[in-house]
Amino acid sequence: MSRRIRITFAKTGPLRYIGHLDLHKLWERASRRAGVSLAYSQGFHPQPKIQLASALPLGFSSRCEVADLWVEDEPNPNLQNELQTALPSGIVIQNMLEVEERGPALQTQVVASEFEVTLLEEVDAEALTRRLSAVLEAATLPRERRGKTYDLRPLIESLAFSASPAPSLHMRLTAREGATGRPEEVLAELGIAIEDTRIERTELIFI
Amino acid sequence: MLIPTQIEQKLDRVLLKVSKPGRYVGGEVNVTVKDWDKTPMRVALAFPDVYDIGISNVGLQILYDQVNDRPDALAERAYAPWVDMEAVMREEGIPLYSLESFHPVRDFDILGFTLPYETLFTNALNMLDLAGIPVRTVERTMEHPLVIAGGHSTMNPEPMHAFIDAFVIGEGEEVIHDIIDAVKKIKMSLRTRREVGSEAISSLEDADCFATNRAARNDLLLALAQIPGVYVPSLYRVEYLDDGTIAEVSPLVAEAPKKVIKRLVAKLPPPPTKFIVPNIEAVHNRVSVEIMRGCTRGCRFCQAGMIVRPVRERPVAEVVAAAEAAVKATGAEELALLSLSSSDYTNILELVTAVGEKFSGQHLSVSLPSLRIESVSIDLMEKIKSRRTGGFTLAPEAASERMRRIINKFIPDEDIINTAREIYARGWVTLKLYFMIGHPSETLEDVQAIADLCKRVLHEGRKVAGNRIKLNVGVSTFIPKPQTPFQWVACDTPEKIRAKQVLLRQEMRDKNIKLTLTSIEDSLLEAWLTRGDRRMAEVIYSAWKSGAKFDAWNDQHHFDAWYAAFNEHGLDPDFYTYRQRRTDEIFPWDHISAAVRKEFLFQDFRQSLEGQIRIDCRQHCFACGILPTFTSVRRENPGDHWKCPEVKSPARKPVEALPVL
Repeated sequence: MSRRIRITFAKTGPLRYIGHLDLHKLWERASRRAGVSLAYSQGFHPQPKIQLASALPLGFSSRCEVADLWVEDEPNPNLQNELQTALPSGIVIQNMLEVEERGPALQTQVVASEFEVTLLEEVDAEALTRRLSAVLEAATLPRERRGKTYDLRPLIESLAFSASPAPSLHMRLTAREGATGRPEEVLAELGIAIEDTRIERTELIFI
Repeated sequence: MLIPTQIEQKLDRVLLKVSKPGRYVGGEVNVTVKDWDKTPMRVALAFPDVYDIGISNVGLQILYDQVNDRPDALAERAYAPWVDMEAVMREEGIPLYSLESFHPVRDFDILGFTLPYETLFTNALNMLDLAGIPVRTVERTMEHPLVIAGGHSTMNPEPMHAFIDAFVIGEGEEVIHDIIDAVKKIKMSLRTRREVGSEAISSLEDADCFATNRAARNDLLLALAQIPGVYVPSLYRVEYLDDGTIAEVSPLVAEAPKKVIKRLVAKLPPPPTKFIVPNIEAVHNRVSVEIMRGCTRGCRFCQAGMIVRPVRERPVAEVVAAAEAAVKATGAEELALLSLSSSDYTNILELVTAVGEKFSGQHLSVSLPSLRIESVSIDLMEKIKSRRTGGFTLAPEAASERMRRIINKFIPDEDIINTAREIYARGWVTLKLYFMIGHPSETLEDVQAIADLCKRVLHEGRKVAGNRIKLNVGVSTFIPKPQTPFQWVACDTPEKIRAKQVLLRQEMRDKNIKLTLTSIEDSLLEAWLTRGDRRMAEVIYSAWKSGAKFDAWNDQHHFDAWYAAFNEHGLDPDFYTYRQRRTDEIFPWDHISAAVRKEFLFQDFRQSLEGQIRIDCRQHCFACGILPTFTSVRRENPGDHWKCPEVKSPARKPVEALPVL
């Protein structure tokens, strides 16, 4: 019987530009380099059993990504060190714990994400605060994405501006299946260009 | 020029505008990042196509390790930015930079291009330009990196002679060190001279300094020309006859050899194992071990088979150890055992048994390309593959007996049918067969034979495995390559190729056959460039100036630019493609030698016309020229790595019928 290991990790530097599927592969290869035996699915095309909590948009860094790895090995107190050594420098393991092997799929447990958006260009704090209030007070915020209209407002759970230490926005957006708020959509609503920001996911909220 | 931190800052602001930004940030496992300031010799290795393709190139990885193993040198990588990224870089003033340290490529001492195929030429020009390095070699000074290039396409370096300072002919593992040493020597003396001179001369602009710089670059090129296997094109002059063919190629200085003979490594050095692991999807998501270099089959169309002689094998134990180390270092999910002809590896059964045992149950897929058409190949595949996924690939190349004799790949129909039947019977659902059309003197009947053979294979397969079986047929177009027995022949015309492709399409309409043809235009550019002369350089330059790049990509065609470039320089593209060469013609690449004699190639060409085949030269030496050229190299490296048969004494001619020149 395999054991399910939950890993919380930071994704920074060049690894910000690595997408969801590539991250899957990254954990698979890092495990093999570390000598960790992953469990594989049955069937004609066996795949290593890895789950990632929530896709992080390209270019965002994160201090709170979560992955589940199913491993075949005996408990190993050195596992975190051994895996860390095998990882590229942009992936830093924060902690690791064994969880219920048969628990629900990781992706179904996420309900919201928190983001910190650092503003790289000068901002008019007063004007921005006004825009923020307008967004929060709006009953609906219809937007279009990939040809579909949707309402952004219910996806924003909180949104705030702080001027120090650096001007930044803090937002909590829902992250349920079929109802995922995207920071760049909020920025667009506020009239801020994404290339003038640096975005980091600061927390994943689970059920 | 920007410094690395400025480049990184700029990138940070623009990368989200481009597709696949992971191509441009480095940060992979197994990269080597050395201290820039403490390493005197800096080499940028460039693959002139996008990252996802270039990262899978083993040649570049070999050189990367060779250079980084030297304490006095570092190697970093650069790839061609895709068109969207190039636009952003030009707009933002970001020069071509290295992925390890983000230094501008212009700041390196040497810039080395890997040019395995001709359709990369325009990208190489574009990368030079993006790096802020003058595209033409005549405009460069000691302030610029020395620009070198190697790879199979440089067996005819002439079309690129105006852009590359020095070409490596042959294998790069040893010669790269000679080149670094030569550059180092000149640069050190220049630095010393500059330090001594700086007390007297205050300005770098000073005429003396310029002269010193000028002289140093000349000294460097002369030094390079004296390294075996290095070709410095600016030290040669080419004269033409009225008909556009070459009258003479002559060295301009005593230091430049009349003929540049390729370099080879007598014994294959240990293969790379610390492969750089891409963080994004690459064209080959695998590590590889080259089990053998060269091929003794002598297929006349095959450039690699002619220019990569002699055959040298790595011992089984070394291959297995390297495979294990590579998988451990990379965590790769696929391992490829590479060679031009796996079945010919002496201990192939022992090798696949060892590899199969070593990796069983590790979810590692092993591939063994280039297997001979015989049932033993199926046994081999069964040993290394636990599942029948991915299909089984065979390459008959031609389907009529006449054609097989002409190309010297003689496999009787019955062998193909029997092997195919066996593959289906043992559980493979998909068989892939590769053919070529456009072989010399090929007729529609020869092409019909391809269709007939495929239909027979399918029919026989269905008998043993039912209707679910699939047959994928890939038919590419033959392009005559320099340094091969077919270097004299004309390309098949587009009209003929079109008619042959129509025939194949009509004949192979079975729903279980998937037919893939290469587009006629795709082959054209390769045909122009591969046998081009020095005048092609201006065509390449003009085509690039008008926007030609990524010529290997089907969606990036710039044929108008190419035709306009031919027109602008008064050259006829057909001269390079549809012209049967005179038997006494001096080719643009005749002063470049793969150590395979022109007389040998011509003899082989004549035998082809007579339908005579030549057997595997492990069994019988046909005196291609390798052994006499490298007698001392072989003597200094005794052992059975070389698979040439022992040829006792030069007095006893190894071949009865052939004149030995």
